[in-house]
Amino acid sequence: MTEQPRLAEHNATVALPEPFIRWFGEKGWSPRAHQIELLARAQGGQSVLLIAPTGAGKTLAGFLPSLTELANRPRRKPGQAHRGIHTLYISPLKALAVDIERNLGKPVEEIGLPVTIETRTGDTPAHKRQRQKLVPPDILLTTPEQLALLIAAPDARRFFEDLRYVVLDELHSLVTSKRGHLLALGLARLRSYVPGLQTIGLSATVAEPDELRRWLVGQNPPGAMAGLITVAGGAKPDITILDSEQHVPWSGHSARYAIPEIYEAIKRHRTTLLFVNTRSQAELLFQELWRANEDSLPIALHHGSLDVGQRRRVEKAMGENALRAIVATSTLDLGIDWGDVDLVVHVGAPKGASRLAQRIGRANHRMDEPSKAILIPANRFEVLECRAALDANYLGAQDTPPLITGALDVLSQHVLGVACGAPFDADYLFEEVRSAAPYAALARDTFDRVVDFVATGGYALKNYERYARIRKTVGGLWRVSHPRVAQQYRLNVGTIVEMPELNVRYVRQGRGMAGRGGPVLGKIEEYFAETLRPGDNFLFAGKVLRFEGIRENECVVSNGTGANIIVPSYAGGKFPLSTYLADQVRGMLADSDRWQALPEQVADWLRLQKEKSVLPKRGDLLVETFPRGNRHYMVAYPFEGRLAHQTLGMLLTRRLERANARPLGFVATDYSLAVWALDDMAALFKARKPSLAALFDEDMLGDDLEAWLNDSWMLKRTFRTCAVIAGLIEKRFPGQEKSGRQVTVSADLIYDVLRSHEPDHILLQATRTDASAGLLDVSRLAEMLSRVRGRIMHKHLEQISPLAVPIMLEIGKESVNGGANESLLMEAADLVEEAMGQR
Amino acid sequence: MNFSLARTSLIAEANLVGIAGERAVCDPRGVLYFPDLRLLAVSDLHLEKGSSLARRGALIPPYDTGATLLRLQAVIADYQPSIVISLGDSFHDGGGAERMHASFRERLEALISGRDWFWVAGNHDPEAPADLPGETVRELAIGSLLFRHEPSKERVEGEIAGHLHPCARIVQRGRSVRRRCFVGDGDRMIMPAFGAYTGSLNVLDRAYAGLFRLDTLMAYMLGAERIFAISRSMLRPG
Repeated sequence: MTEQPRLAEHNATVALPEPFIRWFGEKGWSPRAHQIELLARAQGGQSVLLIAPTGAGKTLAGFLPSLTELANRPRRKPGQAHRGIHTLYISPLKALAVDIERNLGKPVEEIGLPVTIETRTGDTPAHKRQRQKLVPPDILLTTPEQLALLIAAPDARRFFEDLRYVVLDELHSLVTSKRGHLLALGLARLRSYVPGLQTIGLSATVAEPDELRRWLVGQNPPGAMAGLITVAGGAKPDITILDSEQHVPWSGHSARYAIPEIYEAIKRHRTTLLFVNTRSQAELLFQELWRANEDSLPIALHHGSLDVGQRRRVEKAMGENALRAIVATSTLDLGIDWGDVDLVVHVGAPKGASRLAQRIGRANHRMDEPSKAILIPANRFEVLECRAALDANYLGAQDTPPLITGALDVLSQHVLGVACGAPFDADYLFEEVRSAAPYAALARDTFDRVVDFVATGGYALKNYERYARIRKTVGGLWRVSHPRVAQQYRLNVGTIVEMPELNVRYVRQGRGMAGRGGPVLGKIEEYFAETLRPGDNFLFAGKVLRFEGIRENECVVSNGTGANIIVPSYAGGKFPLSTYLADQVRGMLADSDRWQALPEQVADWLRLQKEKSVLPKRGDLLVETFPRGNRHYMVAYPFEGRLAHQTLGMLLTRRLERANARPLGFVATDYSLAVWALDDMAALFKARKPSLAALFDEDMLGDDLEAWLNDSWMLKRTFRTCAVIAGLIEKRFPGQEKSGRQVTVSADLIYDVLRSHEPDHILLQATRTDASAGLLDVSRLAEMLSRVRGRIMHKHLEQISPLAVPIMLEIGKESVNGGANESLLMEAADLVEEAMGQR
Repeated sequence: MNFSLARTSLIAEANLVGIAGERAVCDPRGVLYFPDLRLLAVSDLHLEKGSSLARRGALIPPYDTGATLLRLQAVIADYQPSIVISLGDSFHDGGGAERMHASFRERLEALISGRDWFWVAGNHDPEAPADLPGETVRELAIGSLLFRHEPSKERVEGEIAGHLHPCARIVQRGRSVRRRCFVGDGDRMIMPAFGAYTGSLNVLDRAYAGLFRLDTLMAYMLGAERIFAISRSMLRPG
């Protein structure tokens, strides 16, 4: 349901104060319909969700209700107490808050409003924060973590008592994560302080606006929704897929083949923004572009692992239009607008149609001009995916991920935070928590278990009563037991748990580990640094670096040389193919009429597949088997994304092992999955030991999944995150590492002990829920298995099919975890024995 | 005492090592057993580490003592030693023995009964554990062996120590494997920590500097079923 702005109707009734009208007039602008509409609704007491494309003047719209109200407020007389915060603005990025301060400051100054605007982020110095507590600004721009901290302060209620509006920017990106859960709980708390509080959500187009509308208001009564204003998209973007003269590779992600064509495009435009999906791709693309950069164009690199100073310099240069091209990852995804970008190049498949739309919105940040974009598929399957995404963008289809139920680790953090602020009544807090949309369905006994967890760890063995962090006092209120608890809480607030990282410290060449004092180039994941040997060359921050060694929490590097360069692989940052796009790709495979829109070489590839094997119907699952070398291969094409395929691969190999097919390994991509074995799997299927249908039966998601999950490294990693968020173990801070590994208890050890002694502990429950939704993508796998029941098409071949080539090329690039660690040790030990002449 | 014997018998059998002429089984579960002496050594149990941290607000699961005792029970059942030496830091702090749940105390007492049990004093537990049987000693010499908690700075032949919680790391085929380990040079040995919540420190850390002869240094990394003897050149820091 979309409510269209009705400008004429409101114009008469809306009170846009005189100075505003004059200001618009001086600028030669007139207020946009949705801005007036939003103001009218807000003045009518409503909370509102505004969905609009970039460049639609969303920010000003979001702040108009606050600014007009503040403009009419009588001035504070000398001696009168300072007023509290009037408007809270919350954005997912620190940089965005800073940017808004600049952008909002301008009209405020020009209109001459008596309004103070300040930011409060992790970077705000302590004295300024202190001052903000005493003399609050009218508008405070901040992040979800800072809100959590403010709520946990003893004076929170007073600090927020004058609050009128909360403006939530980039709401679509906030709500899909645990940060969104923390924020929803924080909002619920604010509504308890100020029952009349109004929220204004600003969002890009989403699939299910109603979910966001519920999110914005208290769920009492259940299902309550904020108002909705939708601004139709601007000019249709002009998107093309690169139709390369070159051979499009079968597999891989580098898109190296297209470098000359990308470089030409950069030359033809003023400023080009190049998006890639991962930081590794960013490093590679940047390196390749500079190799091609005969004209020495200013081309820069921007990703989340780089040193903040360097990122700020790039952003500044971009704002001054001093750059011709910027290679960037998702750090630049959100609506920060800098400079005059006139071309967006997307290297690699976009993985989701909404993400593509958002990124392309960066070009020509004016709503009425078409954005210009080129998609560069890195391999043949990506050509299909780009085509599907492109069709979707034209159709305006959206595939934002569904919201997930509020996480229990986040709730634990919040409960402790509330207690740090003021003693709480459990019945009251339960109702408050349930008013937050993600927790609307929370059961009372689950809530009580969370409170028990916060108090004493929630263990069946009641050993820790005397060490409780919060205690129920005589009056029935839960109270923090010691000031130290609040201190610890403040250090650990937030839901973003980084992988352990090392600073990359640059030293002069030839100094080795003795070198000191060079600049820090950024951060790198510890587990990657650990696989390097001194002398290895790797790509980072656009430079070739030589690994010297690890010193405390630093990875020491010097200038490297060009030979045998390794590109760091980063955990995360790899988005799986969205369900919507996957379906589109399947549809395209099945419909040869649509192949005309594809580059000739890709269409040929599909034709050849049809001839040599078969192409599945849209709802079918194709499984091919063929021998190759002395092994037997099975390739399945579910198109459900890498995570779901990895989970499927693990489960299938377990089953094949039981069927004595002697599987040796598997590999998964976004599109397909290959398993290889010593025995002929086709013969097994024929003899129905097991049949293919039985192999892919949904019951694999029962015991097999459970058994595998418990030993999986993914579960351990997820547990660590949950344990940190829930406050069971502390975050690691730089410098702390010095105290040595032997004094800290690692999350892995805690996991092992807890799993064997209390497998149904609430934190393990939270971990399993998380892993199923996240790293394992179990729900998607379940949907797929149920969808293809009775629709699995088996094709036995004498040799590899054209469609199977891409995944077969992946084999060997990636190894499968499992008992493999033991065999690595065995290898190392054998080397020693050999060297010592014992064998 | 025979140096050459000690050195050549380093890898006589997968899990058998020589220390100052004594034969010892390096058990992959992290204990050292001397068959000729019927002596079992275990180090750094750190019992009640969970409750120790809980006192300071980190409410980690209170099951570490139970888990550690269960594993200790299993190795004692396998070897049936007549002497057991707990090589220091048996409890995570001085109050650990008192805090221990009654059921755990009973299990521990059952393990102790019928053997000679020695509590070597450690830096975490310099005093005798409260109300537990067994003899508390600062160090203990048996045959050519000397058992103490902290390794001596000067080289002492036959010294078996704990305290440092050694682990080792290798990189093989671009993958990193880190495990707890025994570390020795044929003359002396440092044992891995046995407790369920004990972390570990890489044998290449400077804390180990000067303790071993580098040419014969070996890390015996704990595997699921066996130990893996890894020489110094294969080891990685971190």
